[in-house]
Formats: sequence, structure tokens, C-alpha cells
Amino acid sequence: MSRLNSPAELEEFRQGILSKRDPDKPCITLCTGSACLASGSAGVAEAIEAEIEKQGLQGQVEIRKTGCHGFCERGPIIVKNPEGICYFQIEPGDVPEIFSETVKEKKIVERLLYSDPDSGEKIVHEDEIPFYKNQERLVFGSNGSIDPKSIEDYLAIGGYGALAKALVGMSSEEVLEEVKKSNLRGRGGGGFPAGIKWEGSRNAPGDIKYVIVNADEGDPGAYMDRSLLEGNPHAILEGLTIGAYAIGACEGYIYVRQEYPLAVENVMLAIKQAEELGFLGENILGSGFNFKVIVHQGAGAFVCGESTALMTALEGRVGEPRPKYIRSNIKGLWNRPSVLNNVETWANVPLIISKGAEWFTQFGTEGSKGTKIFSLVGKITNTGLVEVPMGMTLRDIIFKIGGGIPGGKKFKAVQTGGPSGGCIPEELLDLEVGFDELSKAGSMMGSGGMIVLDEDTCMVDVARYFMAFLADESCGKCVPCREGLRQMLKILTNITEGRGKEGDIELLEELSETAKEAALCALGQSAPNPFLSTLRYFRDEYEAHIKEKRCPALSCKELIAYYIDPDKCQACGRCLKNCPAEAIIGGKKKIHIIDQEKCTKCGTCFEVCPAKFAAVTKISGVPVPPPVPEEERTVIKKSKKQ
Amino acid sequence: MSEILLEIDGKEVKATAGMTILEAAQSVGISIPTLCHHEKLEPFGGCRLCTVEVEVRGRTRLVVSCVYPVEDGLVVRTRTEKVERIRKTILELLLAHAPDSFVLQDLAREYGADRDRYEKEASFCIHCGLCVRYCAEVKKKHAVGFIDRGSKKEICFIPEIAAEECWDCKECFPLCPTEALQAAFVLTLALTSPPPVADKTGS
Repeated sequence: MSRLNSPAELEEFRQGILSKRDPDKPCITLCTGSACLASGSAGVAEAIEAEIEKQGLQGQVEIRKTGCHGFCERGPIIVKNPEGICYFQIEPGDVPEIFSETVKEKKIVERLLYSDPDSGEKIVHEDEIPFYKNQERLVFGSNGSIDPKSIEDYLAIGGYGALAKALVGMSSEEVLEEVKKSNLRGRGGGGFPAGIKWEGSRNAPGDIKYVIVNADEGDPGAYMDRSLLEGNPHAILEGLTIGAYAIGACEGYIYVRQEYPLAVENVMLAIKQAEELGFLGENILGSGFNFKVIVHQGAGAFVCGESTALMTALEGRVGEPRPKYIRSNIKGLWNRPSVLNNVETWANVPLIISKGAEWFTQFGTEGSKGTKIFSLVGKITNTGLVEVPMGMTLRDIIFKIGGGIPGGKKFKAVQTGGPSGGCIPEELLDLEVGFDELSKAGSMMGSGGMIVLDEDTCMVDVARYFMAFLADESCGKCVPCREGLRQMLKILTNITEGRGKEGDIELLEELSETAKEAALCALGQSAPNPFLSTLRYFRDEYEAHIKEKRCPALSCKELIAYYIDPDKCQACGRCLKNCPAEAIIGGKKKIHIIDQEKCTKCGTCFEVCPAKFAAVTKISGVPVPPPVPEEERTVIKKSKKQ
Repeated sequence: MSEILLEIDGKEVKATAGMTILEAAQSVGISIPTLCHHEKLEPFGGCRLCTVEVEVRGRTRLVVSCVYPVEDGLVVRTRTEKVERIRKTILELLLAHAPDSFVLQDLAREYGADRDRYEKEASFCIHCGLCVRYCAEVKKKHAVGFIDRGSKKEICFIPEIAAEECWDCKECFPLCPTEALQAAFVLTLALTSPPPVADKTGS
């Protein structure tokens, strides 16, 4: 491939690609994002390739290995085009049938279709499945239709058109103005307006300026940046290059964690391809603009997602934040003006340039424009990545798209914004998601993590979990974070283990204030949020733990006991047989008893006790009733009881 | 150098561009407590004890005075109720590690900090980093450094460098506010001394 020297050459090249492609040719699109790979899509890919060969269909049927489609719960996913037939949870063994039925006979394999959990109705097409149809996949949508390793695929869907438009058709001021007008806000956590950040760097003195992609995604359960970088790396490169042009940067860095091997591989390949075709390098598309991109693999520290720590790490030093009373867009990497935006923010830029700020601002709310990708995980039926317009309610995301809570359980709260975010309770389910709305509710947008919690979740334990994560990930530079979080974790652990005392809540509040007000970086300043938001909405749970030594969710091991209700036990013996601690006393037709001294509270008896008996229960805050005397343990069948 | 006028605790203070609030305050005899600050070293901003309240364009916020650059019209308050409360908490947190440090005890008296507020975890080091930074920035030897991260962070002499450089220097010792440094050095010494000859007849 030779370099393209003008937008006209790019267009000609694109037409060349399209003319070689037959839109009616059968194409099997297979998701090979990290989640689907984990559920076996590499094996499915091999099976498809083998089947194509076996059937002699080379050249007639195409296989396209794409990035993440988002519906990870049901992966590996296949979409048979051009009809758009969706099959889920595919195993290599399903492949011959897909070929014999769908590819050859154009028939549908019913058993592989999505089946509506409520009505049982089978759904054939992606856009009819509730999980997909309620989304607005502006940024994430292309993931499912392109092979991230093929720049031709990206060009075929109009890729690098925005870059050509910006570099040749617009002045750098105009590009900046367009992004400012779009009111694109940073998708990485803070929600700072990207255009204003860019403008600061553009106006800052200095010849050398940088643009940086923050791909150090580290929130537990969040993987949207990973999936974007894996599935559509050129979109990020294109956005980054447009940003560099707008602020006058000549070099860009992609800071990606090395635990994301596929993302690293795909973005490196994308850079190579873009250089070959002249989308990076000298005199891009004949515009006279030069720009190069370097990939930096981070060593997996959560704190390196913080902008100043990330830049310090890029400079080759220990990734610790530095005080920033002068913003990094003025004095950042090597003390030069540096614009750092998150993966998703950069991925929005080509859309804004090609379709215009006016188009972009029709999505979203007054304060938050466009869409946001959320990683919907936890106690939710449809685990996956979802992209919705800003302003959609949490209820719609969790119930319409997410399919609600599995196992007939009740929704309790949703944790948004990662470890720096907070928990939002049921009464706020109609909250419209947006940067300001979530902050007002005591949480935050963060990078888009959304962990759904059901009634069995203890909120004090949730706070303890996040505190443990942050205490572990704190860099240790400043006292309010290093020492404050250590003490907060100790106190929260004490509370969940039944050692809470009067005054603990006040002490936690005091430590929260110190961290919020005096910590060096955003990690420490926002670290108290999981505690503060759970205290705000679930104070009664804290008080129950401290005052009554009771865990209302029956979850904290130290505060609960397992107990067999003698009136319900039918002596089936399942708990007795399964108890790994041999803590159950029982026998044929004898009411079973748990020896509390031996019980390790693993919960096995609770799980194996047949639902029709439901004899094993969890109790908390009250003493375990004394066992039935030996001579009264004979089970009387319900029918004979009366 | 351009002159900057700011107000610290109601006092009008003249400073020059590039100075920090801490330096401006010290120049007129207003004392702000510090633990990780040293005039020969780059500002670190780790202990947060020098936190003060500033008012910029009508908005108040807390900043660390050892890093925050002076600006015209800045209003600084070094001893508000909130500032004092935060300093007290910081001292209490540090006293859990180094309850017998004289420096900390003196400050604790001034701010009413209770050395028994938090469960003791005496590691002595309070991670001010003075030794580490002095060795790196002034001596340029890097004989002592931090290892690990977060609450597991520790100071550690690098045996190979320490064995060569530290004997005749030890300039970091008097900088340490808790005397933990000396202990770390003694430990390193023990590690770098020749191992005792193994007793072949022993059990």
C-alpha cells in the first residue's frame, strides 16, 4: 500500500475497496473481543474456517472476526450477514449446522436465536433484541461490523473521512470551535469539557505540545475502553490526530495497560497501517501536518489513570501524581502543554467532525451531550457493554436494556463511577444519567462502570470492598490517602466483622473529610465516595451492624448464622451429605441440626436445601435457637402433622 | 522579577513570582507546619500538613502551601477551623506509626492531636521522603529509596550503593523526623556485613 496524498486519493482508495466488496456476499461476523474469546470464540473461528474449507466455500463465504459486540452475557456471538441473523452462545459444534442450515439453505437455526426470557419468543435480528434496540450505539456500533486488524474495513465505513475533512477542509481553529460547540465532556471521569481543555493547550506558549490517550482503564468490572481500543483502534487514532491538529501537537501517546494484550496488539498494528497509508507521519494527506503516535504500556497501577501520575509514568518515573496547581494542558508531560483524554472521548471526535456539532448535540441532556458507554455488570441479567444517550434513566438502562435482576431478586442499588463513585438506591432509579446528575446523587459518571447490586448485597461490605481496592491502589505519597484509607479500611472491616463501635461512623466521616479536602490527587479526594454514598442512602445498615451486630442483607459472614428450621426440615440429608465441615448432625428421619461450633458459614447447606423445603435459613442479630432435644427430632411428615 | 501582593492571615505580604505561599509566609514570620518540606529539595506535597485555605476570585479551597504559587490578590488563611482539624487528623494518623517522634509530639500538642486516636502500627517511618529525596536531589546517589506502594510503602537502602556511599555521608540522618531512618540503615548494615561463617558441626 502506498501513502495517500490527498483527500481525493483517499476517496478513490475507498471506492476501490468498496467496488471489490459485494454487499450481498454471505459473511459470518464473529465477535472476538476479549469477553467472547474467554468464552471460546477462538475455537468457533477455527471451526468456521475449517467448515468453509470442508464445504469448498473459499471466496464465497467470508468470515469477519470483529471486536466486542457488547452482549457479553450471550457470547460468543455470530451475525450472519447480509440478513443480519444473530446467533448466541455459539460453540464449535454448532458451526456445521449454521452452514448446512443458514448459509446453504437460508434457514434459521431456532435453538441458537435469542429467546426473550419473559415471553420465550425467538428473535432473529439484532435491532429487535431489547438489549440492542434500546441503545444508541454511535461510538460502539462499528465494533460489530469491522475487523479491527483491517484498515480497509475501517475505510470502507468512511474511516479517516473526518481526518481528511479536518486537515484539508477546516482550519485548526474551526476544528477546535466545532469540538467546543459539541460540548463533548471527558468520558474518563471528570467530565471536563474537551474543547476548553484543548483550547488551553492551543493557547499555551510552547512549540512542542502533546496529545495523550488515557487507556489505563482500571475500575473493577469496567472494560469499555478496552473493547473500543481492541475493536476499533483506528477511530481512536483518527480522533487523536484531529485533536493534535486542533491544538498544534506533533506527538501523541497512547498509555495502555499491558494487561490488555489484544488492545496493545491491535492499536500497534493500526498505527503501522495508518503510517503506511499516510494517516500518520509527515505531511498527512498532503496537508503539511505532521504527527506521530507512540504506544506506552503501563504496568498496571490504578493510580496511573490519574492524569499527572500517568504523565509522570510516561516520563519514565514512578507513577505517582504530582500537585497540579497549574493544569496539565498548560504544563503537563515534560512540563509542556498536554491534552489528555480518555479512549472514548477521542473516539467521539471523528463523529463530531464528520457529522457536525449540531448533529452531536441532539443526543443527550442540556449539560451532557452525546452518548455514553457503560459497562453493565454485577447482579444483572444481560451483562455487557451498552451505549445510551445521556439522559436515559438508570431504570431503563438496568431493566429495559439490562433485563433486570436475575433469580427473581430485588434491585437494591447501582454502583456507578468505579471506586471513586457511589451507590445509587432504588428510589433514585429514575435519575437521568449525566455528569452533573450523578454527581448530585453522590456518585459520579466516572469512566462508565455500572455495577448492579441486589437485595443480598450488604452495603457496608460494598464500601469496605472499594476501600480495600483503593487502599491497595493508593500510591502512598500523601498522608490523607495512604494513612486515611488504611484506617478507614480497618474501621469498615471491623464493622463488617462485628467489631464496630459507637463513634465509628463519625470517625469515618472525619477521615473522609481529610481525604476529600487534603489528598493530593483525585484518587484520594474521591476515595471516601463509596463510604459516603452508602452512608447517605443506607445509614440504617451501618447502624444495624454497629449497634445490633446484625447484617440486614444477611451477607457478612461474621454476623450471620445458618440455622435449620426444625418445622421445615424433612431429613432429606442433602445438607448433611454436602457440608464440607461435617457440621451437620442428622440421620434418617431425624431433623438435622447445625453444630454452630463447627460451621464455617460457607453456605453450602443453604444452597443445597431443596426450595420446596427451604429449611436452611440465615439469621443475623439474634441468637441461634437451641437445638431440638434429641428425643424430639423424628420428622413427622407434613401430611400427617395437622 | 515582578512583585506580587497577597494577603496572609490579614497581613499584606510582598512576594516575587515563582515563590510558594509557604515561602511568602515564612518571609514575614508566619509559621506554617511542615514535615516533608526542605528548602534544598523540590516541593513534594506529600504530608499535607502545610494545607492552608486560599480565596481566589471569591472561591475558597484548600491547597498545600509548599507547592501553591503566589498570585496577585490571593487571600490566604493559615489557621482556619477546617485547616486545624485537617492538620490534627494528619498528625493523629502519623502518630499511629511514630508515637514517640519528638517532632510529631510537639506538633500534636499545638494542634490538640491525640496520639492514641488510631490503632498503633508502629513502623516509625512516616514517608516524608526527606531522606530519599535528599539523597537523590542533593547527593545524587540514590542510596535510599521507596519500595512497594500505598500502605505497604517502605524506605529501603539499596545495599550495593549504601555499602559504598553511606559510611562517610549519613547527612540524611538528622533530616528524619522519626529516627526510623537510622533503624533502616542499621538493618541494611546487618544485611551487607559479611555473613557469619557457617558452623559445619552445628545441627
